[in-house]
Amino acid sequence: MSGVLVIMEQRGGAWSRMSWETLVAGQQLAKQTGSTVSAAVAGQGIGALANELASKRLDKVYAVEHQLLGAYTADGYTSALEHLVRNASPDIVLFPHTYQVRDFAPKLATRFGQVLISDTIGFRVEGGAPVFARQLFQGKLNADVKAGGPVPHFASVQAGAFRADQLEVGTAAVETFAPALSADKIRAKPDTPFRESTRAVDLTAADIIVSVGRGIKEKDNIPIVEELAQALGAELAASRPICDSGWLPMERQVGSSGQTVSPKVYMAVGISGAIQHLVGMKGAKTIVAINKDSNAPIFEVADYGIVGDLFEVVPALVEEVKKAKL
Amino acid sequence: MKIIVSIKQVPVRDSQLRIDAGGRWIQENDLSFEINEPDAYALEEALQLKEKQGGEVVALCLGPARASQTIREALAKGADRAIHIEEEDLTSFDTLGMAKLLAKAAEAEKPDLILTGLQSDDLGSGQTGVVMAEILGLPSATIIMAVETADSGIRVKRELEDGWFQNVEMPLPAVLTIQSGINKLRYATLMGIKKAKTKEVKRLTVGDLGVTSTPVAVIERVYLPQRTKQTQILDGSAREAAAKLVEKLKFEVRAI
Repeated sequence: MSGVLVIMEQRGGAWSRMSWETLVAGQQLAKQTGSTVSAAVAGQGIGALANELASKRLDKVYAVEHQLLGAYTADGYTSALEHLVRNASPDIVLFPHTYQVRDFAPKLATRFGQVLISDTIGFRVEGGAPVFARQLFQGKLNADVKAGGPVPHFASVQAGAFRADQLEVGTAAVETFAPALSADKIRAKPDTPFRESTRAVDLTAADIIVSVGRGIKEKDNIPIVEELAQALGAELAASRPICDSGWLPMERQVGSSGQTVSPKVYMAVGISGAIQHLVGMKGAKTIVAINKDSNAPIFEVADYGIVGDLFEVVPALVEEVKKAKL
Repeated sequence: MKIIVSIKQVPVRDSQLRIDAGGRWIQENDLSFEINEPDAYALEEALQLKEKQGGEVVALCLGPARASQTIREALAKGADRAIHIEEEDLTSFDTLGMAKLLAKAAEAEKPDLILTGLQSDDLGSGQTGVVMAEILGLPSATIIMAVETADSGIRVKRELEDGWFQNVEMPLPAVLTIQSGINKLRYATLMGIKKAKTKEVKRLTVGDLGVTSTPVAVIERVYLPQRTKQTQILDGSAREAAAKLVEKLKFEVRAI
């Protein structure tokens, strides 16, 4: 077919939100390269999902249907999609950069002697081929990466890099694709996904969140930000390393592996703003960043920034907040 | 159980990065380096598995001569020996090229388990372990938060998004990419540091491994990201900046 093939993600019949953003990326890439875009969804009993896709502006929809795709396994998905890609022969295969894609897409690319250009944030077209932009050093720098070698090329798209509301509608034909799979080639035996416990802390309900990161240096310093949260009537949250170290409970973690929040005010204290954190909070209406490194990626999303030592700024802020509330 | 841990040396986290003259990578000469953090957790997990099961932990590192410092630290923490694939210019390899080198060196050891961090803090492509598994024809699982042995091989806890997890069983040998926070990192003891000096570090070159790979995904240009938002920087002393922020929060955001 040449053109772009977008691999959508679903679990238990529900779409991963990021799939729609990736589909928008696919539509825009096809437009700019003067080619077509198709989409595929893999699983068991996915007819309804494929029909939903058929109402978008796509060349074709592939329903990759097999009983061995009911539960996700890296072996099953890699083999099924390898079969599909060999048949459909796209120039570019796009994925949403989800945890599941990270689990199998590098295997898939390897089977074609290719490298997955992962976690891309945009692209430009040069000589009819895309050059992808992606982040290096936890977002401190960007790089343009060009896919070389024979097609197909593979890339995954970062959450929030494209807007799902720009999706163009249309009509597409659905083709059911039966991949060649055998149970003995699937080595992993997955259990049903689970959640550790019901969350005692619901950060999503908070109007104001004060969130703390590595800049706090040690556990004994946590009360400094606790006091700020108290003064503001805010919930206290943290980036992943703080919860990993056990300085605050996991249920207070904001980011891709924790909670996704969109409060009125999100105050990031000593948080550099790695993408895993940003995806969990960039929907906040107002973002405040306090960080000693003026190049920290958190300032890219902040509305207000203070470049300085949090151990001086936060106590001053507590006093000023108290004064303002008198 | 024989465990290989693939570790990488990266610039320390707070480094002030400067783009080099070629515009395709960073200036490395004035930076300090350390073990890639997720790899430190992979090493710790390997050491804990060895303490429970017995066996051997071999640290495997692809990097320039300076990486020998990171290798020594891994040995001081308890790795039994190390393999250093010494290569000064890693920018001429893409993920597939690097994974081929690591896989070739690992294969000769016939390990039961290969562990590595889920991603590196420099390139952040998050795929070296998975690609190694595919090259070696081994099963793999990513973003792992617990590892235990099972009748059939191993049982691991995969982290999914949004607070979800999943247990998966798979046969050995296998490759796992380890998530930060899976365990509590140990410090090297004085005794460990002393012992490390006598431990074997096998040095290999790219030529020794006989791997050829033409890079397919090439960095064309490295640059500073453009800000997507206009950030109002509130300057002055800590007190002045704090006062300005409270003013904004009160009268513009109306949150106080």
